[in-house]
Amino acid sequence: MANKIPRVSVREQEPALRATNFEEVCYGYNEQEAQTEASRCLNCKNPRCVAACPVGIDIPAFIKKITEGDYSAASSIIAKDSSLPSICGRVCPQETQCEGSCILGIKGEPVAIGKLERFVGDWSLENESDAELTIQSNGHKVAVIGSGPAGLACASDLAKWGYEVTVFEALHKLGGVLVYGIPEFRLPKEKIVAREIDSLRRLGVKFETDVVVGRTITIDSLLDDEGFDAVFIGSGAGLPRFMGISGENLNGVVSANEFLTRANLMRAYDDEYDTPIFVGKKVVVVGGGNVAMDAVRTAKRLGADAVIVYRRSEAELPARKEEVHHAKEEGIEFKMLTNPTEVIGNDKGWVRGLRCVEMELGEPDESGRRSPIEKPNSDFEVECDVVIMALGTSPNPLLKRTTAGLETNRRGCIVTNEQGATTREGVFAGGDAVTGAATVILAMGAGRTAAKAIDEYVKNKAK
Amino acid sequence: MFKIVEKRTLADNIYLLRIEAPRVAQSALPGQFVIVRVDEQGERVPLTIADFDKEQGTVTIVIQAIGVSTRKLCTLGEGDMIADFAGPLGNPSEFVEMSADELSKRRFLFVAGGVGTAPVYPQVKWLHERGAKVDVIIGAKTASMLIYTEQMKRVCDNLYIATDDGSCGFKGMVTAKIKQLIDEEGKQYNECIAIGPMIMMKFVTLTTREYSLRTTVSLNALMVDGTGMCGACRVSVGGKTRFTCVDGPEFDGHEVDFDEAMRRQAMYRSQESNASVKHEHKCNCYGK
Repeated sequence: MANKIPRVSVREQEPALRATNFEEVCYGYNEQEAQTEASRCLNCKNPRCVAACPVGIDIPAFIKKITEGDYSAASSIIAKDSSLPSICGRVCPQETQCEGSCILGIKGEPVAIGKLERFVGDWSLENESDAELTIQSNGHKVAVIGSGPAGLACASDLAKWGYEVTVFEALHKLGGVLVYGIPEFRLPKEKIVAREIDSLRRLGVKFETDVVVGRTITIDSLLDDEGFDAVFIGSGAGLPRFMGISGENLNGVVSANEFLTRANLMRAYDDEYDTPIFVGKKVVVVGGGNVAMDAVRTAKRLGADAVIVYRRSEAELPARKEEVHHAKEEGIEFKMLTNPTEVIGNDKGWVRGLRCVEMELGEPDESGRRSPIEKPNSDFEVECDVVIMALGTSPNPLLKRTTAGLETNRRGCIVTNEQGATTREGVFAGGDAVTGAATVILAMGAGRTAAKAIDEYVKNKAK
Repeated sequence: MFKIVEKRTLADNIYLLRIEAPRVAQSALPGQFVIVRVDEQGERVPLTIADFDKEQGTVTIVIQAIGVSTRKLCTLGEGDMIADFAGPLGNPSEFVEMSADELSKRRFLFVAGGVGTAPVYPQVKWLHERGAKVDVIIGAKTASMLIYTEQMKRVCDNLYIATDDGSCGFKGMVTAKIKQLIDEEGKQYNECIAIGPMIMMKFVTLTTREYSLRTTVSLNALMVDGTGMCGACRVSVGGKTRFTCVDGPEFDGHEVDFDEAMRRQAMYRSQESNASVKHEHKCNCYGK
């Protein structure tokens, strides 16, 4: 019986060692491990994993191809629904999606779908990425704003269909949150992200960095002066939130975005780079999402004692289980049911501590999670010299301000229909810019949905 | 990559670079800034635009070689390439929204200090071309540190120089010169715009407050991305936290908490000086 085989555990860098470097934590499966793990799949008639995948990858089919050793076919099956398997295999919250609904998970361990996807994606990058492609141009031009997961996925499909696609990126490096947000130890930049982008270049996609659409150029100028038939906005959710508590502007308080951008995009951990970063002796990261985990594990690797402070309990942590598990292995301290009320400074205006209160859980709120309530007279001080705020992000209002007819909702997210069309003709959007901060896979899916809508729009207009 | 088409030494350690950046030049307006990254290892440095030429597709910046990245930038010459040049960023000066008719009725006083003199120039030029009356005070420690005096003379009504040691023009601080112009010469202004070191802008706003003279300042806060992502440039204005990069860089100077802004500007100073030592060391090695 296939399901008697235990889940193949994945090889990882030793926690004590990896807490001091930025090399990837997880080594992934080799061929033999992948085949053994793939053999555990029951190939269900009504696969619940497919229904639970935000982009509906035919999971049992690609896993079957792994057991047959036909990785190229496995890769083609995934490619029908996903453009970034090496990335999604690494960063998707599988435990709440495909693996969370795997039938084997009821009594035992679910199939390691994420690790298998990563295996196929990496195999393809290694073995298939040199294929020469000749695509006949259809003579239409599409501009993509932002080179994160949504923009890359949208650009990839459109390029395959013959569109001349130009991706405009505000920063100096391509990849969006994949390069400025997610750390190297979770998603290698050169080995994975840069190669995914290279494969788009081979499809004929053009990239322009250092272009801030809304400032350097506008959506109007792209449509009216530069001859683009349509525009896709995949500009993400980049604006950091702060708590609004006293002392937040003290020296030593930074957003997770700033901390991670300095470390990841600007490679402050690498001596060859000129980027300064302030790590201090003890870092408190406020928040419980993946970004909080990334920040706290980065701080640890840069030599600080690192603590997570979160106002609910461990069960409500929005971060992926694997990230929480890895963080604990690396010696991160978790202070749950704790909420900061004030950042305390010394006489020079630098952080010396964080005043917090203890919380307890009350009734569920609109998100379905039990809402935290402050315990009376429970305040205490946590000593620290750096506080990193990882409280979520919202979309940048620049495009709305500079584009007539582009509507956003009260959270600043761009309003679209289900196909990704915005309220402005010829302008489409997807990913975090529409949903607020979410996952790589949802952004990628939205980019592909919008690509279909753009194709229809341009073809109809040409008639 | 962006090409340096012109380089000039303006004063000791202060250089002008004209960069080929057609998209930036096309969209630039007075008051905006750019983010410059010299090479793959360099920092992203925010610099206020000192001039732009839409026809030639060039943008001018003026840099004082102080940190590792600015010093690297200043070692480059004409024809060399810099890795990144992104912009124009931030909001343009408020007056670009005003009609020439409105502007022709207004009197502006600009107070410029150090390298801050360079970004004052495109603002004065813009206003002058639209008929506004503009007086400019340029302050410097000593005559050899003065920049942009000749260009400025051509686009303003009155140019006043103030040096700490009296080696050129008025002897004393720019604030004393402001008082002299208003108290002794009976000058009247609708608005003051001060650009220079934080400490200078702080004292200018303290002085103009006495005259209830509306004063705009351009803040040179620390930034990483310059597009609203990092929040390193947080500044308190009127008790509210604002981001210099997207809400500024120009703010009502009487509302800015300068003491906080100056403290925040120094956040990475110890790291920066370590990096400078490291950089010097590297340079010496290469020289041998």
